[in-house]
Amino acid sequence: MAATALPAPALRDPAWTRRVFWAGVAAVLLVPMVVATEFKPWILLAPDNLKVTLRFLGDFLPPKVAPDFLAMVAREAWRTVAIATAGIVLALVLAIPLTLASTAALSVSSLSGRMHALPFVVRQAVRWLLIVLRSVPELVWALVFVRVVGLGPTAGVLAIALTYSGMLGKVYGEILESGETHATTSLLRNGAGRLQAFFYGLLPQNAGELTSYTVYRWECAIRSSAVLGFVGAGGLGQQMDTSMKMFAGAEVSTMLLVFIFLVWLADLASSGLRKAIG
Amino acid sequence: MSTRAFPPEPGGVDPAANAPFKAPPPIFHARCMACWIVLGTFALVVASFATLDLQWAKFFSLEAAQRMGKFVGELLVPATDPGFLAKLGVASLETLAMSAFGTLLAAVFGLLLALPASRTHADDRALARAPTRLLLNALRSIPELVWAVLLLIAAGLGPFAGTLALAMHTTGVLGRLFAEAIENAPAGPGFALRTQGVAEGRVFLYATLPQILPQLMSYTLYRWENNIRAAAVLGVVGAGGLGQMLAFHMGLFQMSETSSILIAMMLLVALVDVLSYALRRGMSR
Repeated sequence: MAATALPAPALRDPAWTRRVFWAGVAAVLLVPMVVATEFKPWILLAPDNLKVTLRFLGDFLPPKVAPDFLAMVAREAWRTVAIATAGIVLALVLAIPLTLASTAALSVSSLSGRMHALPFVVRQAVRWLLIVLRSVPELVWALVFVRVVGLGPTAGVLAIALTYSGMLGKVYGEILESGETHATTSLLRNGAGRLQAFFYGLLPQNAGELTSYTVYRWECAIRSSAVLGFVGAGGLGQQMDTSMKMFAGAEVSTMLLVFIFLVWLADLASSGLRKAIG
Repeated sequence: MSTRAFPPEPGGVDPAANAPFKAPPPIFHARCMACWIVLGTFALVVASFATLDLQWAKFFSLEAAQRMGKFVGELLVPATDPGFLAKLGVASLETLAMSAFGTLLAAVFGLLLALPASRTHADDRALARAPTRLLLNALRSIPELVWAVLLLIAAGLGPFAGTLALAMHTTGVLGRLFAEAIENAPAGPGFALRTQGVAEGRVFLYATLPQILPQLMSYTLYRWENNIRAAAVLGVVGAGGLGQMLAFHMGLFQMSETSSILIAMMLLVALVDVLSYALRRGMSR
């Protein structure tokens, strides 16, 4: 053997202690999570549970295709789309003025140094309003409105309108402020009003991005309007809830298929439109 | 009449001295895509408002305004008695555990499903790719709440159904993202191992996984942020956590309790956002 042999390579993993430590931490964290979520997979296989589940799932095939049932499902699917569309339109009605009020790019006083105190406070207040609107989930708004206006699509439309106005307003503001504001400030400096500066400076620059985000949110609204039905806000979800409570597996499977088709269609329409906008 | 060059240059198009007359473009043209899109959108909006029986009269009525005013007035005074807060804390922890454990399960099953759903090299026949992707799409296109309602039948009321529902939907989402990540990973190291005759499993463990691990972690953390929002409301259909408390107290019109629950939800969401951000920062350093 040569005297200049290299030292034997380390056979132990150099990161061994660190790995063991983090695995230990993970295990310690996992136990309370498993306890808190009452994670007992074997109850899925308990005989009486399994019997009910299998009967329900067995009923899924074939899906129910009676003509009058299909007509009802089609009507409810349309209502789901209509709730989403009406909700988005109302959200726009709320979001556009709020965006205009909160955009710092349209501030006249910040053209020369810092923004004045009053406009600054107003803009911050509008931003906080948008955050509050957005951070309450639409399902909670729907629960509130179901109690105010009763069961039906009105609650769904209002819930989507409020939550989505917060989302749209916030992202619109970000889009408007992230772009190049040179044209806008030039207009403002030369004496254009804020609305003029918006329509001739900010809007043409950002119209594509704004529209594309709105279309994307419309797609999201369709998904959530189907879910809102489960708390009684009309549409496909409400019918699904009824069928589910009657353990009518065939009806549920038809509606699930229609729902998946609807989401797929909205996805297609939305991505096509966004590609057309560019 | 325009004057023309005479004789016309051979092979060249004779230039018109004056610009030829051109009518202004018509405002509407049958091939004007934008016009059709605008018209279609307008029709969709009008049809939506026309076919929904929206009860504006009821919404803008004095009675509704009073009820709304009462709700909001009570919402401004959150309930703070210790017994209730203790219950709220337990429900918050339950929601947190649901979201974290559901995401963890989804990451594990998502990775297991992403392997057959990806084509790792050019000669890979990837027979299972199409069916696995179909399964992932089906899992993904059913929202968490619908999964929860479906799973209530099999798993009974409580957080277990909620956790499984989150895991189902998120498995679909993460499985697809993971599969894309595996397919987009740089092929060099894997190729080097394959030419040495290393089997697929080890190629994944020693070449692909180390390269995509940061991406997988960041996708998982991002989904955790989504899942805490979903977990907070899942309970409305009986799947445990804060949502279940919310549905209960709102059903009894106890708005000050509801208000505390909403505040707890927002704090929880903010907490998870901060945690996820910190973890991501910690990993990228």
